[in-house]
Amino acid sequence: MGMTITEKILANAAGKESVAPGDNIWVNADILLTHDVCGPGTVGVLRREFGEDAMPWDKNKVVIIPDHYIYTEDKMCHRNVAFMTKFAEEAELPYYYQPGTDNYKGVCHVALPQEGHVQPGKVIFGTDSHTCSHGAFGAFATGIGNTDAGFLMGTGKLLVKVPASKKFILNGKMPKHVMAKDIILEIIGTIGVDGATYQAMEFCGSTLEDMEMDERITICNMAIEAGGKNGIIAPDEITMKYVNERNIHNKEFTCFHSDEDASYESTYEFDIANLDPVVALPHSPDNKAYAKDCGDMKVDRAYIGSCTGGKIEDFIRAAELMEGHKVKIHTFLVPATREVEQLMKTTKLASGKTLVEVFEEAGCEKPAPPSCAACLGGPVDTYGRINNSDRCISTTNRNFIGRMGSKTGEVVLASPLTVAASALTGFITDPREFVK
Amino acid sequence: MSDIIKGKVFVVGDNIDTDQIIPANYLTLVPTVPEEYEELGSYALIGLPDSYDKYVKEGEMKTEYAIVIAGKNFGCGSSREHAPISLGAAGCKAVIAQSFARIFFRNCIATGELYPVETPDCITEKFTTGEEVTIDLASNTITKADGSVYDLRDMGDVKPVIDDGGIFEHARKTGMIAK
Repeated sequence: MGMTITEKILANAAGKESVAPGDNIWVNADILLTHDVCGPGTVGVLRREFGEDAMPWDKNKVVIIPDHYIYTEDKMCHRNVAFMTKFAEEAELPYYYQPGTDNYKGVCHVALPQEGHVQPGKVIFGTDSHTCSHGAFGAFATGIGNTDAGFLMGTGKLLVKVPASKKFILNGKMPKHVMAKDIILEIIGTIGVDGATYQAMEFCGSTLEDMEMDERITICNMAIEAGGKNGIIAPDEITMKYVNERNIHNKEFTCFHSDEDASYESTYEFDIANLDPVVALPHSPDNKAYAKDCGDMKVDRAYIGSCTGGKIEDFIRAAELMEGHKVKIHTFLVPATREVEQLMKTTKLASGKTLVEVFEEAGCEKPAPPSCAACLGGPVDTYGRINNSDRCISTTNRNFIGRMGSKTGEVVLASPLTVAASALTGFITDPREFVK
Repeated sequence: MSDIIKGKVFVVGDNIDTDQIIPANYLTLVPTVPEEYEELGSYALIGLPDSYDKYVKEGEMKTEYAIVIAGKNFGCGSSREHAPISLGAAGCKAVIAQSFARIFFRNCIATGELYPVETPDCITEKFTTGEEVTIDLASNTITKADGSVYDLRDMGDVKPVIDDGGIFEHARKTGMIAK
């Protein structure tokens, strides 16, 4: 019996010839990622359980990227970042991306691959549910809690149940008004928010053949919104190009691919060439509708940002759509990382204008410094946070009640193109009204 | 550890996500700091819509409801361990749900904060917030005051880990790691 890519990576990390869904195995981790929200609790568990002087099992495998609560006056947030800074000094961690310094990066799931920490075949655990993003590079990546992370930080190992895999075959060339966000919202809307609970979501098919990494990240990023343990896309030339350009730490790695006769719990096919732009209406990521059918739904603000929708490709597509038009509602732009922030200033559209210039002329708010910002609400002074009953159309990943800060606010999830089009009209708008 | 849990139930619906269990503005509290652990308890389920009763009364630190009864996919969303911890700190002993989201379920086991127990069918409509019930984790049943009984799924290997107080305590008791 063949194995899936997920099974092969886990078997390799456990030192086994083969594994099957349901097996409980101890795997060696390649990366433990944490941030300012869950880092202090993880270190708290490490020191409670392994002693006051306990240190990470391997300082080269712990990556700390504070990103959640950075630009705030909240003293507790500052305390937590200061705690992580002190820990990183004590543990002499080479990969601590400290806020307030030139080494600060921004949103961890975009920064981790940008800074050369993600390669195919790796096992990556992170104290954040969107750690599944890194499956876009052919790695096994999943979110864990502080206690598991504390155990992992002390030992380098974690007990994992091998997930069954669901296969999603994406067929056809993506139309220019469709983005990866539409694909994953279509999938979540089809299988439901618990449709892949405990399972691996493996994406394949001709649509992926010319899809760049930013877009692949978007697909794997939201596997958790269907309950998935991990999302994964097999590595190919596009993956290798990105990874080799970024592999500044000279990490060795192995590419795995699913066997022809691998076994899947179920298989789905999607006709992406004929997909319409998708939105998820309040208050659940599986509350699927098509933008073209929601034209009478007013929106009060637009938000482009987060690990899901704050990458450079997201801003390029939004800028292309907005160029020459004016927004009708408050439109917030939060680049995920420093690199994205810089690229917004230097990347030019065909007209010769930079993204920042296009957004400024369209009447958007000035781009905020990179962080998770209002994606998850956060402290009351968080940039872009909903503190009233506004309905926000957003490139982020969750539209739960209260997610962006206010229980009476509402969030509509959409692609950067649909968010940009909606910003121009003040209503949910199919990007085809502007993308010709 | 007794297998009997008695107490009042608090009934919620499907897909209760981690932002409803503990909204992000409370995540600045660090669960391993004892007084912040206690404070997290006072905010358990504070993100529910206002149509719900308060799980923890304003000004109180503990809940009067030892048991939460839910539909499917309880704890979906974030990996924040603050979610099971806030419930446990508030005095919740068990969440009885048709199904759980993966990370929440695992965090319950890892921390030993509460028993995440699945039901074969959705039982939320059989119960009303405030009623007294008895859970028996040996016979896998939940019993109402009127004597009606509903089945729970057996927790298998998960139960002894929570009995012992989480993975670290369990690993010590069973000799997997040094005391």
